[in-house]
Parts: sequence; structure tokens; C-alpha cells
Amino acid sequence: MQLAGRILKRLGVFVVSLVGASVLIFVITQALPGDVAQTLLGTQATPDEVAQLRAQLGLDRPLIVQYLDWFGHVLVGDFGVSHLSGDSVISLLLPRLAVTMWLVGLSMVGSLLLAVPAGMVAALKRRSWQGVLVSASAQAGMAIPVFWGGILAVMVFAVWLRWLPANGYVPLSENPASWARHLVMPVVTLSVVQAAVLIRYVRTALVEVLNEDYYRTARAIGWRPMGALLRHGLRNAAISLVTVLGLQVSSVLVGAIVVESVFNLPGLGSLLLTAVAQRDLLVVQGTVMFLVLAVLVISALVDFSYVLIDPRQRAVQEGR
Amino acid sequence: MKKAQLIAGLLLVGVVTLAAVVSLFWTPFDPIQVVPGQRLQPPGPVHWLGTDGFGIDIFSRMLVGARTTLLVGIISVGLAAVIGAPLGMLAGQAGGWIDDVVMRISDVVYALPALLLAMLLASVFGASTLTAMVSIGVASIPAFARVARAGTLQVMAADYVLAARASGTSRWGIAGRHVAPNIAPVLGVQSSVGFAMAILAEAALSYLGLATPRPNPTWGNMLRDAQDYIFVAPLQAVWPGLAIALAVLGFNLLGDGLRDYLDPRLREVA
Repeated sequence: MQLAGRILKRLGVFVVSLVGASVLIFVITQALPGDVAQTLLGTQATPDEVAQLRAQLGLDRPLIVQYLDWFGHVLVGDFGVSHLSGDSVISLLLPRLAVTMWLVGLSMVGSLLLAVPAGMVAALKRRSWQGVLVSASAQAGMAIPVFWGGILAVMVFAVWLRWLPANGYVPLSENPASWARHLVMPVVTLSVVQAAVLIRYVRTALVEVLNEDYYRTARAIGWRPMGALLRHGLRNAAISLVTVLGLQVSSVLVGAIVVESVFNLPGLGSLLLTAVAQRDLLVVQGTVMFLVLAVLVISALVDFSYVLIDPRQRAVQEGR
Repeated sequence: MKKAQLIAGLLLVGVVTLAAVVSLFWTPFDPIQVVPGQRLQPPGPVHWLGTDGFGIDIFSRMLVGARTTLLVGIISVGLAAVIGAPLGMLAGQAGGWIDDVVMRISDVVYALPALLLAMLLASVFGASTLTAMVSIGVASIPAFARVARAGTLQVMAADYVLAARASGTSRWGIAGRHVAPNIAPVLGVQSSVGFAMAILAEAALSYLGLATPRPNPTWGNMLRDAQDYIFVAPLQAVWPGLAIALAVLGFNLLGDGLRDYLDPRLREVA
């Protein structure tokens, strides 16, 4: 298929997923039994107050009109307004975005730095104790809930060794050293847990490479196993890894929200949890929509990069 | 080695199940009643794992926590399997636009992780065990749909299905007689792995206060409570985490073991 055709098809999937997810989010918050205005005002509100808020929020309009109105605003970056504080969701969200983005970005890099070498060992030494050890550690790592990993890290590095602060956050612009000290534990925790999942994929992808003719040829002309794998294997394995990374984005984001709670970081997780606790429905709705949009955009970009980095895809397009 | 995995998985799952069943009839102490005089006792002969910040016996709460864990796992995996597997079979057997529609819907649900679904549901209805079960179950539907679809496609390409179709067996007949029995094993594996995911998700949700509310014990909300006392009684934060990890490990090993047991060809790659 032509490259442009592929990209168009992927864009189509993106649009369908975005519209579908927005309908789902809208239906859960607006159309389920129970009234949004009643939920926002609490049980002690008088019917008059409820009616007034319904009119103010436009809840007396047909659902389809409400949805189109809401989604239209989402598309231009307006994710709604907090009923409790009157602030727009985007103004609540933006100052916290940096914290979550640092956590997600650094953890994805960290998990790759851990998983690629470990996966190589697991693949090359899969019949000896080193390989079994790596695979077993990955299996154990996958079973550890990320928040428990965080609590254990606090126990060791903050309570016993007193090397790092147990929680809190300092902005990078304020004090870079302190920023790093506060982010080390959350990032390492999330990286380790994500790496445990990734190691399996790296191993599987590399074991496939080990059975390929080009690997055997490289070995036959004198490359050592590790050298041949680094030179020829990683590039090939990278293609399936990129796909996995794209799928991992949402799980890293979810992990980040949980980790933020463990370490008391002022990111999107704390915004969401506070909003849920206060039943600030429109903030929850807007923030969830924002996150889903972000995940869909990143996944689509990852897929595009997959089409672009694989020379075979380009070769198909150029008719070679 | 692979057999050892299966046995270790069965053992761990067995222990969790046993704890849950025992908690129905017996716990050493009341798992909910606050005992002010017994706060933060270390592990000992009376309170095997010590007591928490409310003076409640931790071992008793752990037993009841096993019950919540299994309950949420069974309901959410059941929900995902009952909806996801038939949809996947439908997509695989029908092909064409039906396949496209089912898989696109599955993509949409996949874009909304259990945690975000749980937050939406909790802000509408308030957090409860039910909202947790529904959000984990719904979020797990795509995995079942994909596994069932892939299995169905494989079965549909087999010669015996071709023979059945040639001899005039109806679609329903093929689905019931050939597809369902043949994809049942992979669905079993998916259930076990899905159960492990469900345990992790339930623990995270109750840790964040988005599932079973206090005073009812879950391993997740026990960890949340324990975190407040991490400087004075750090051991408290060990037990529930260990229980979650072992339960998840158990279901993962069981799933892997089953997969290898059912398909020895996968041993090298998996």
C-alpha cells in the first residue's frame, strides 16, 4: 500500500477512536441515570436550584446537541469549566501538565534503558542461568503493583538510608538539583515496573532475530553474538518495540497517575483525584478527555514513526 | 521447569482462594472494629502480622482482603469474557464490515484505561466495589475480543471447518461445534492473565480510594493506610503488597503454564 494511503488509514482510525472515546466519556457522565446538576449540587439542593443549574449548564437541551456542543469545544481546546471553582479545566490542567509529562517521559526513557540490555541478555543467554534470572526478575517485576514499589522505595531510600525526600515536588525552574532529587524515586519506580513488561517483548523480538539468516551470516563472517545483535538485531527489533511502546503510552500514563499519588506530586493525577473526591464532574470529564486525546495522538505519532523508520516500508512505497 | 511454573501458579492461586474461603467463616479478630488500645502492635503470637493504626488485626484484614480481590477478579474477568469472547468470535467468523465495526469499538474502549473509567464512574456514582468491577471488566473486554477473534480466524482457516461448511453446517453450528471448543483453551489462558491484571487494577483503584471504601478491608486500601505510618511501623506496608504481588504472580504463572501446557510449540518464543 502507498505510504500516503497507510497514513490516511491510520488517521481514519485516530478520528474514529477519538469520536468513539468522546461519546463514551460523554455518555458515562451525562446520560447515565442520575442527574449531573443533582450530582454537582449534592443531595441537599432544592429542586429550584437544580433546575437553575440545569438551564445554566444547558442540560435541558437534547443529548445530541449537548454532545456536539461539548465535543466542538473540546476540539478547539476548551475542556469545560469547574463547577466548584469556576476555573476552566485547561487552566487547572496546564500548570500540572509539566509534572506528569516529566514523569511519563523520563520513565519511558528509563524503562527502555533497563529493558533493552536486560532483554538482550535474556535472549542471548536464554539457555543459561543469566537468561533465566532476567526472565524470572521480569516475571516478578510484573507482579509488583507500581504503588507498592513506590512505598518500598520510600521505605529504603527515605526512611532507612535518608538519601532522598519521601515525597513532594520542586519545579525545575526553581531548583534543578532539588527537582531531580524529588523525581528520582518516582521515575525509577515507574521505569522498573514498565521495564518488567518490556523485557519480554525485547526478548521475544531478539529471539526471532537470532533465527534469521542475516544474523547467522553475521556470525559466520566473524561477528561475536553481542556485536551481531547490536549491529543487526536491535534495528530490526526496534520496529516491533516501537509498536509496543505506542501501546504502552496509556499504561505509563496510568502508572504515572498512581505514582504521583504515592509521592504526593502535584500532577494531573492529584487534580483528577481531588476532582473525583469533590464530585467535580466536569473537571473529571474534561481532564479524562484531555488524557485520552493525548494518548491517541501519541499512539498515532508512534505508528507514523514506525512506517517511517522501517526502510522496508519505504522500499514498498518506492516500488523497489 | 514449565511444569514447575504451572504448579507454583496453582499453589499461589490456591492459597489466595483458601484465605478468601476461610475469611467467610473465621478471622482471628474482628476485621473492622476499631480497638484504640491496640494501635500499631508489632507482629507477635497474638497478632501474627501486628495491628494497624486503628488497632485492627492486620492478618484478619488480609484474609478479608483476599475475598474482595477474588470477588472483583471473578466478576470483572467474567464480564469481560462474556461480552468480549462472543464479540471476538462474531468478528472473526463474519469478517467484512462487522469485523471492522467490532474491532474499532474495541479500539475505542482500549483507549480508555480502567483507571480513567473508574474515575468517571466514581465521580458520577461515588466510589464502590461495583464501580471498580465494572470499570476493570469493561476495560478488559478488548483483550478478550482480540484473543477470541485471532483464535476464531485460525479455526476458520482449518480444513475441518471447510469440510463442515461444504457439508452444509450452519454458522451457528460451526461456532458451537468447532470454534468455541477450539478457542476455549486460549480463552482460559487469557482469563488467568486477565485475572492478574484485574488484581493489580483493583489494588491500584482501592489504594487511590476509587474502589471499596473503608472500613471494608482491601489490600490496596490497607497499603494506603499503612503509608501514613511508614516512619513508625514500616512492616505494615509490606504484608498487603506482598499478598498482591504473590496473587498476581500466581495467576500469571498459571496463565503461562497453561499456555505452554496447551501448546508446546510456544515454549521457545514465549
